[in-house]
Amino acid sequence: MNILTFVVNVLSIGIPFSVALLLASTGEMFNQRAGVFNLGCEGIMSMGAFLAFMPAHLLQNTSLAPYANLIGIAAAIAIGALFGLLFALVTVTFRAPQGIAGIGLHMFGWGVAGTLFRYFVGGVTGVPGLKNLPIPLLSRIPIIGPLLFNLNGLAYAAFILVPASWYILFKTPWGLKVRAVGTYPRAADTMGVNVSRTRYQALVAGGMLAGLAGAYLSLGQAKMFADDIVAGRGFIAVALVYFGRWNPYLILGGSLLFSVAQSFQLAIQVLGIRFPYEFAVMLPYVLVIVVLALTPGSVTRGPAELGKPFDREKRV
Amino acid sequence: MKSTYRALYIFAISLAAALAAILLGAVVLEILGKDPLAVYKVILTEPLKDLFGLTEISVRMVPLILVALGIAISFRSGILNIGAEGQIQMGVIAAAAAAIYLPPLPKIVILPLVLVAGALAGAIWASIAGWLKAKLNVSELLSTVMLNYIAAQLYGFLLRGPMIDPAELQVGSGTPQSVRLPKAAWIDRIIPGMRLHYGFVIAIVLAILVYVFLWRTKWGYALRAAGAGPKAARYGGIKVETCLIAAMALAGAFAGLAGAIEVTGLHRRAIEGISSGYGFSGIVVALFGGLHPAGIVPSAFFFGLLLIGADMTQRIMSVPANMVLVLQGAVILSIIAAKMLIADQYLFERFARMLEKRGRKAAGGKTKAGAGKAGAAKVDRRREQP
Repeated sequence: MNILTFVVNVLSIGIPFSVALLLASTGEMFNQRAGVFNLGCEGIMSMGAFLAFMPAHLLQNTSLAPYANLIGIAAAIAIGALFGLLFALVTVTFRAPQGIAGIGLHMFGWGVAGTLFRYFVGGVTGVPGLKNLPIPLLSRIPIIGPLLFNLNGLAYAAFILVPASWYILFKTPWGLKVRAVGTYPRAADTMGVNVSRTRYQALVAGGMLAGLAGAYLSLGQAKMFADDIVAGRGFIAVALVYFGRWNPYLILGGSLLFSVAQSFQLAIQVLGIRFPYEFAVMLPYVLVIVVLALTPGSVTRGPAELGKPFDREKRV
Repeated sequence: MKSTYRALYIFAISLAAALAAILLGAVVLEILGKDPLAVYKVILTEPLKDLFGLTEISVRMVPLILVALGIAISFRSGILNIGAEGQIQMGVIAAAAAAIYLPPLPKIVILPLVLVAGALAGAIWASIAGWLKAKLNVSELLSTVMLNYIAAQLYGFLLRGPMIDPAELQVGSGTPQSVRLPKAAWIDRIIPGMRLHYGFVIAIVLAILVYVFLWRTKWGYALRAAGAGPKAARYGGIKVETCLIAAMALAGAFAGLAGAIEVTGLHRRAIEGISSGYGFSGIVVALFGGLHPAGIVPSAFFFGLLLIGADMTQRIMSVPANMVLVLQGAVILSIIAAKMLIADQYLFERFARMLEKRGRKAAGGKTKAGAGKAGAAKVDRRREQP
């Protein structure tokens, strides 16, 4: 097999793989820019994946089938917002420690999705999922066309979201507020920014994106649902935010790097180079640790108040 | 008077938190179309009806107590260990390997060696995260989660590959499990016919030892100081980085020991899914027990009850056992929120003033002057400059 086709193969799997990570870590970036560390991303993704899957599963042979995916995606976004709100209540209003709260939210979301799935569905069932929408003309460019312009709608949306969220974060008043409450909430408070409200907004926005990431997993990528469909991607997404230094473009780079690494190991296995597949599955998780260890500066360059609840009444 | 208000305040917040957790679970049960009260009743009473249920709860308590003790040590030292799941699995593998590959020795020699091997493996696995945190400032939350996934794959690889029972390959179905451990490495059962084993005694003894260690030794003091105020601790001559690594290693040792005891006392061979969520349940048990051994033991009983109860509801009322995760998540969220509210001095004083006003109205304004003064004094204290 020549090298070009191998690379194209790896990319053609890797690029779609990156979408879920990209959506989730962009959402997490908004949370962290506002100063809240949401480790519950994984649980929100489970819920999003489940709720996106359900309409497609239930409406499969009804007249509503063409709208099932849209309903599912809307439900995933809604549950993401709801979970973001719950997390905000616990960490912003009650000022609970964010790391533990994230674990709680993860267990809750994962548990609810698993319980409902086992009760209402039971076993693994496929759904038609999202169809690819080739973009006319562009998709016919050799090599690049099929790779970049023959994806599903959510994938396009995710890639458009990268410059959009950069613009929102750095060029709009709301983005400035988000960055301010994550860096120096007391100053923002003095200037009349409502710190709690801004953090609520950021958490709801981040939750919506995490829900959407879940929807992409069940409808766009796996085209089915299972209890452990997210498989740590939510946690990897949190790590990617550190790796991407809270910048949408770098996060895009990180998501692509991770998913291409993953599709690379798949491609190698297909080539017939034998090694225990467990080590291949391990690879992305090892990569996260290595990457976090090698970017020590990222911790100091992050939002200064990351992980710290803001207490307006507290004296300084 | 103030202490009565304080107690009332803590009670009110705890009650609200408990209701919130119960309500979150009830919403899910309502979606399933089940009567939440009936389900809760089965979960909370069914396992207590016979000796079998009680011993099974105690069987679950062993890993829950051990993991929670480790987590309490780490949380109190200012490092959050959420990697117990992986540490348990490493403990299982090391203990099983020691039991299988060590030459035949008398029980009195081999069993301690096997348990130490498990604890050591858990400690080493956890130290990776502790070291990364202390030296490179890598978030231990992320590194321990990643180490969980890595450990799960490593565990699966060893059980499917090098450590698989040869009989499974020849005649069996290829189930990924190790050979049965030699009898010398078994922890004995306490009651004939029940699965409860002497690991339970080990767990209780260790709970007492952890209390002594944390509150009665200088090392325990150093760890707690490093967690309570790292800057002050460093100023006081405590090596905070060393404390972080030590706390993480201890937490891992407890999780690893939990794994070793599970495999030698209960399953007697390394099987898939042996950690069955104890790593995460341990976090809930530790938090619910107030990060204190005296709280962790009863809290482990309660969550052992939930685990068995959830299994029973699955059989009796066909509510999936995943429901226990829902309840645990809800409990975590409501506990930490309640803790913050209880610590909130401002809110407490508002609560106390509200009660005082009520009291005054009820007493017909007789004590008005006195109560007013007390209220004013409280407000004054808040205005004091630090």
